[in-house]
Parts: sequence; structure tokens; C-alpha cells
Amino acid sequence: MNHLLEVRNLKTYFSSDGSTIKAVDGVSYHIDEGEIVAFVGESGSGKSVTQYSGLQLIPTPPGRIVDGSVVFDGEDLLSYKPNSEKMRKVRGGKIGVVFQEPMTSLNPVMTVGKQISESVMLHMGLNKAEARKRAVELINMVGIPDAEHRVDYYPHQFSGGMRQRIMIAMALSCNPKLLIADEATTALDVTTQAQLLEMMKDVVKKTNTSLILVTHNLGIVARYAERIYVMYAGGIVESGPTKEIFKNPKHPYTIGLMKAVPRLDDPKDRKLLSIEGSPPNLANKQEQCAFLPRCEFATEVCSSNPAPSPMTVGENHSAACYVKIENSGWKIGSSHVAAAKSEVSATLQAELQQKVPREQKETILEVKNLKMYFPVTKGLLSRKVADIKAVDDVSFDIRKGETLGLVGESGCGKTTVARTILRMYEPTDGSIVFQNHDITRMSLSKMRPLRRDMPMVFQDPFSSLDPRQSVADLVGEPLKVHKMVKSRKEYEDRLVELFEMVGLNPSVRNRMPHEFSGGQRQRIGIARALASNPSFIVCDEAISALDVSIQAQIINLLEDLQRKLGLTYLFIAHDLSVVRHISDRVAVMYLGKIVEIADWQTLYESPKHPYTQMLLSAVPIPDPFIEEKREHVEIKGEVPSLLNRPKGCSFSNRCPLATSECKEMEPPLKSVAADHGVACIKV
Amino acid sequence: MTTESSIAPAALHELPPQTSSTHRFFRVLLARKIVVIALFILIATILVAIFAPLFAPYNPYKQDLSNSLVQPSSTHLLGTDMLGRDVLSRIIFGTRISLIVGFVVVIIAGVLGMSIGLVSGYFGGWLDSVLMRFMDAVIAIPMIVLAMAIGAVLGGGIVNVIIALGVAIVPAYARLMRGQVLSVKQADFVIAGTLTGISNLRNMLVHVLPNCISPLIVLITMNLGMAILAEAGLSFLGLGIVPPGASWGSMVNDGYRYLLTNPVLSLAPGVAIVIVVLAFNIVGDAIRDALDPRLRGTE
Repeated sequence: MNHLLEVRNLKTYFSSDGSTIKAVDGVSYHIDEGEIVAFVGESGSGKSVTQYSGLQLIPTPPGRIVDGSVVFDGEDLLSYKPNSEKMRKVRGGKIGVVFQEPMTSLNPVMTVGKQISESVMLHMGLNKAEARKRAVELINMVGIPDAEHRVDYYPHQFSGGMRQRIMIAMALSCNPKLLIADEATTALDVTTQAQLLEMMKDVVKKTNTSLILVTHNLGIVARYAERIYVMYAGGIVESGPTKEIFKNPKHPYTIGLMKAVPRLDDPKDRKLLSIEGSPPNLANKQEQCAFLPRCEFATEVCSSNPAPSPMTVGENHSAACYVKIENSGWKIGSSHVAAAKSEVSATLQAELQQKVPREQKETILEVKNLKMYFPVTKGLLSRKVADIKAVDDVSFDIRKGETLGLVGESGCGKTTVARTILRMYEPTDGSIVFQNHDITRMSLSKMRPLRRDMPMVFQDPFSSLDPRQSVADLVGEPLKVHKMVKSRKEYEDRLVELFEMVGLNPSVRNRMPHEFSGGQRQRIGIARALASNPSFIVCDEAISALDVSIQAQIINLLEDLQRKLGLTYLFIAHDLSVVRHISDRVAVMYLGKIVEIADWQTLYESPKHPYTQMLLSAVPIPDPFIEEKREHVEIKGEVPSLLNRPKGCSFSNRCPLATSECKEMEPPLKSVAADHGVACIKV
Repeated sequence: MTTESSIAPAALHELPPQTSSTHRFFRVLLARKIVVIALFILIATILVAIFAPLFAPYNPYKQDLSNSLVQPSSTHLLGTDMLGRDVLSRIIFGTRISLIVGFVVVIIAGVLGMSIGLVSGYFGGWLDSVLMRFMDAVIAIPMIVLAMAIGAVLGGGIVNVIIALGVAIVPAYARLMRGQVLSVKQADFVIAGTLTGISNLRNMLVHVLPNCISPLIVLITMNLGMAILAEAGLSFLGLGIVPPGASWGSMVNDGYRYLLTNPVLSLAPGVAIVIVVLAFNIVGDAIRDALDPRLRGTE
């Protein structure tokens, strides 16, 4: 049988600053009709460029397709000129693409109906009225209610998730045979992501369209894909059916990825096994296997031979590796859990023995009824017309040595909570007591000496380090400012100590931030936070910007440091699996309020609040066998705007349990068990 | 790989080879031949200004009325003016005035404007409103008119020319700086500074200022040429340097009455102005291109 899309030995190079970057280097794959195939890889692995090469969407120069063939539905796509009539017919006509960024991929000055009609009229030759009808039909199909009416809306009238639905509608408008979703749900919240992927899956199955999911999220892959291509450094390292790969990964990189991903169903004490090192720089790619420097299974053969090409290791399963790995140390499902448990049980037991009850631990931070409103002003005199209640009556405390995870979808106020605690904003109401100092209304100059005890690690490793300062100056700044060192020698010694603490070679300390990779920069950010010897650190999405293999390194680092230095963390993240892994207690936020707070076990194993249940169900687990059996809570609606909060319980408009009662009063956070609070009147 | 600790030696990463943005800067800057020539001209001009007495064949102030208005010849390469002073020597000494005016004006305006912009952008609020409205008021008056007004009040002379021009271009620096600060201020590293507990002054000077400076460098280069031109203009209008001092502008002014008989008198300093101003603008353009990250990779 002929494949729908067959790509052979595709090579796409980019030239930059005199060197050649081999972004895609000899990639071969195929897609059959009606298949859902995933391309997995970290940033820079070439998974997107591979897709764009086939569509000839590569900017030339600097990019150029050097070699290979792309045959789609019997047509040799690379024989067409990039802007030729024929190529345009394929793009948008026979192959639909959904991009990552829903905010910028729609034209803001055209109604969405017009934008959809445009391509329908072009590719299908419909007239205006027919095209409009088709647009309404499509908008309906992607699950936007009231399509008849919404077709005349402009993009800004839709939320991010809705816009992405419209992008999907557009990509599907001409009944394509292949739909490419390039990280289409990465920028969205978990619940929206789950809704969209479910919808996409239904649509492509109904219309027998093939779907390529380009993603870095192994959970999504496990839940939706039938086959997988794993990419690393511009090449496909492993390919095969989803279940086979998850059960029996053969390439060391795939094995590493599986071990590095934190999962919702992990045992708590599982140590994430990170892949050491960082991906190679594609500009000076060696002849050898690109994964060699990071590979734990490497042998003589690997270093003395050129990069391996894919070899069959099972039915439809191939891996580009010379080594036949028998004992990878990876076992999926329960047996894997057991194996991991035994590795660390000794340390855990020691910890359990000396466990002090929570009430007896010293309180580091106590937040009571914290409110942070931002006024919305209007008119010439800046009259206040409303408040954006970003944080509305939030209370919690953090005890010494524990980690409180703060989770929620974007816009729920978790970052605002952190920033208010650090007094970057003037709180509207409530109290913040940090180490017995009431800092709610403390003047900023009095705050300054306290800041050494409450540093923050930022999300974006690129914008959080001053590009004009050497990393030594950055890490050493708190030391100088708080006069914590007496002599030059003491300063240098402390710097060396800090760099070693975060796993960086101290000899690199005089370099500039731009010379480091994302993961290394995050280590520098952590070193800076540690410099003033704090007891409490706020991590604001500290690992969300990093790739899976690097993420595991940083999580492990944070956990090790906590154990060694007795640190207390406020850990803010949207990734529930990561939070589960690192936190002792977890607070779930929704529209500026904490809806549930409990120790991690209670929260993840028996969540009480319907929103927590919905969130947890939306997170895909990177295990196709579990995903098969899992029941999903249906996700209704979208997060409302903060200015348009539903009456009564904020969640009442999406809640499966909601009754008229819920719309009448705001449920307080009430205690349902020791240290377990739920803001719902139904539990 | 160990399971013991992620702080194992394996995590002591190697760094990619040291990349240099300075290197790239110079490569892009010097890629065009015209830029190299312009740079060469500027360096030569500065050397001439510094070592003027060595280059000048005659004393530029020495009058010799018996030899006035001599046409260019081998003894006086560019001839003499109506008072018999050697034109070439006066142009060479005039280089000093022109460059001094250019540099001092830019330094005054730069320091003043950048400070105002930095404070205004960093603190915002009422301070920002007050400072910026004041700058708007200054910018509303055409530059030459403002300089003329200041010159008229304070009288002629090189110092007053410098003050007048300096004040007139302060708003350009203040506004550009403020815009830069507003965008840099959003960056996490500035927030990180505050959260480290450093003072506002240190945050401004150490973290904000260095990240705002590159477009200002370009403005400075461009304004150097402009200041020289403006000084020439003011001197031409009689508001600049007082006789017998020599500046290019005043020489054009002195010579234009003899334009028909002795055109070299005005043309020679005029050509000098054109060349130096052009050179400054070309270099300024090139620096802007070299610093612009969007143009990275284009040669």
C-alpha cells in the first residue's frame, strides 16, 4: 500500500554566521491515511523544521532543503517551486497546519468567518454565500457554540483556546488529507489543551484525516498518538507504535526521556533520572552519534563509527543505535514504580522516622485573607470603574522545611500571590507575616534587609539574568549588597562554593549569561537565590521554560538543595505532575481564590473540589496503557475573565455538581480534615 | 549518571566555545568599504585637530594685509582671506573648534538627557509627567531658533554656542532613554535586582543603564555631525565664535562675500564640514546596523 506521505532522507540546513546548522539531517518517515502520528523531541530537535520542509515553508535563505524527497498523495512536493500554484494548492488545501501561537496567527482586522471563507473560496471554488455556510459549519464542528452568530466576530473577541479552535477550523476548512498540529496546544492551559485535543481526535477520526502531532509532551503522545517518531538533534532516533515504544524503548535518548518525565501517578519518592548534559550545538555537529556525549549505554562502537541509521528492533519499531540495550532500567506501569521505590527507600525511611508533626514546625510564612485588587480606570479623570480581583481572600501558611506547591491555570493569580508576598505590590487587604515580621505594610526601605531571606527564582532563564553582567557579578550581588563577605578572598570562596552547589564548574564564573544554555542559566538563577543564605525561596514557574531532560535536572537540584540546606519553598507552577513531585502541600487556585489546599497525597489521591478533579483528569499521563483505562471528567466551558466572575462560587458555571445554591453564596475555604481545606459547599 | 545526587560531577557542564558579540559587531561594522573610509576620515580629523600646530603651514591668526585675498598657489595652498591669513591653516585650526563643539555638546546633552530619561522612566508617576512635559516644551521650539535665542541672551562665543546646542538636543536623549528604560524595566532581571534588596540607584546604574545604551550610542554619533553643522550655522549667522578665532562656519560666513572672486574661501571650509558630517553619519548608521539584533546574520 502506498503511504499518504512518504519522506525520504530529508535534509534541511540553515546557514548562520558563516556556519551551517544541520537542523534536519537525513530524516525518513511516512504517514498513512487516518493515522495519528506524533513527533516528539525537545526544542531544537528539528521536529517543526521537518514538517515545514515538506510544505516548503522554510525561509530561504538562510534555510535550504539540501536533499531528500517528499511524496504526498502521489505528488513530489519538493519538485514544486515554493510559491508555485501547485504548492499553494497543497498548503492549506490538502495539508492543513495549526501553529503554536493562537494570539498571532489570526489576522486581527478580519472577522474569523471571512478568514475561513477566504481559504475555502480559494481552494474549493465556492461562492461567498456557500463559503460562509461552510465557515459556520466548521466553527460548529470545532465546538464553538452559537456559530451562526460568532462567525462575524473578530479574533480579539475570542479567548486563546477559542482562537486555536478557529485555527483548527481553518486548517480543516478544505477537507485536507493531512492535518499538522505544530505544538498547537502547548501555549494553552491543561483543561483547554485536553478539550482541544479530544475535539481534534474526534474530528480527524470522523473525517479519516491523518494527524501529525508535533509536541514535547509525552503525556499527550501517550494519550492520543498511534505511532511515534522520537527526534533528537535533527534526526529520528526511534520510531514505532506508541505502546511498543512506551513499553520497550530501545534508544538511550527515549529511555532517558521516559525516566526524566515526572508523572501524575509517580511514587512520591521517585528520583527523576535526568539526562545529564545538554543537546549538542547543531552548528558543529560531529560525524558520530549526536547523543554520544550524554549516553550512558555508549560503547567503543559508538565512538569509532559514524552516526547510526535506524535499525529494526521489533515489528514496525526501529531505533538508531548500535547498542542492543537489554536492561534499560525502564519498566512501564506498576513494576516500574516498585523498582524506583526501592532505590530511595532507605533515605525515605530515615526521613519518616524523624518526622515531626506539622503543627510543631516553625511557621515561616503566614498569609491571611490576602487581597490584591488592581483598579480598572476609565475616562479623563481616571475614575475607578471596577476592580480586577487578582487575589481574593487567600490564606495559607508555610512551615519550615516544607514545600508548598501553588497550582492553577494561567490568570488564576498564583504569580500575583508570590509577587504580593514579596511586596512588589501594595496588598489591598489582609496580612503577610514572614518569620514573625509583619511585612504587609512595611516600607520598602525596611524590607530591603529582609529580602536576603526571601529570594526568588524566575521562570524565564533568559530575561532573568542581566545580559551585561558576568555571571559572577550576578551571583555575587546579594553578597555585596547585604555585606555578607568581609574580604575579596571570602567573596571568591563563597562564589566557588555557590557554583559548585548548583552543579556548575566555578571556572566559568567570569563568562557572560548569553554563553550559557537555558538549564545552565536556571542553575545560575538558583545560585543567585542561594547566595544570601536564605531559608525561604520563591520559585515562580522555575522549570516551566525548560525541556524535559533539563527539567528533571533542575527539579533534582532543588530537591537536593532543600535536603542539604533545610530550605523552604513556595513553588508556583502550572504543571501538576511537577508540583506533585516536589511539594509537601499543594494549594489549587482558581480565579484568585484557593479552592483546595491539602498535603500532596490527599490532594492528588482523593481530591474533593470538582475543579481539582477536573484539572487532574485533564493532565495526560505518559503511559498509553494507563491512558487507555483512565476515565476522563468532562471539561465544561472556559475560565471566565476576572472582571466577569460568576455570582456565588466562581466555579459554578463549569461545575458538574453546581446547583442554584452555588450561585447564591461564595463558599468559604472550610476544613474537611486536618490540614485539608476545600472551598465548596457540596463536600 | 548517578541516582545519588544531581550535583554529581557529571553535572559540571562544559560550555560551548566562547562566542563574542564584540567580534561580530566589528565584522558587520567594517563589512562596507564606505564605513572604513569614513572611520579613517574621522580618525585623521581628530589627529589633525590634536596636532594642528604641526600640520598648519602658517599661524592662522597672523594677518598680512599686503597678501590678502591671494589665489591658491604653492605658497598658500588654499590662498589667503581678506586679512591675508592662510586659509589652509585656519581650516586646520578650525577642526579643533568644530570637534570640541561637537563632542562637548554631545557629552552635555547626553549626560543630562540620559539622566533625565533614566530617572523619568525608572520611577514613573508624577516625576515622569513633570520631566517629560518640560522636555516637550523644549522640543516644541525649533532647535536653531532655541540656540539663537540662547545665543542672543548670553552673547556670542564658543561656550555659549555649546550651551545653546546642548540644551536644544537634551530632549532627544531624554525621550529615547526613557523609552528604553520603560522596556528594560519590564525584564525579570530588574525585578530580580529589586528582590535581591539592592537600592534603586544601584539597580538603575548597574542593571538598567547598560542595557539601554546601544541606541543612544548611535544617536551620539549622529548628533556629533549635527552639532558641527549647527555650530557652523550659528557661526555663519554671527552667533558663534568671536573673531579672530577660526571655525568652519565662521569661515564660510567670512568668505561668502568674495564668493565670485575667491570661491575657495567659502568652499574649502564648506567641503570640510560636508566630509566630516557625512563621515559621522555613515559611521552612526553602521553602528546602528551592527548593534541591531534583527540584522544579525546579514552581512
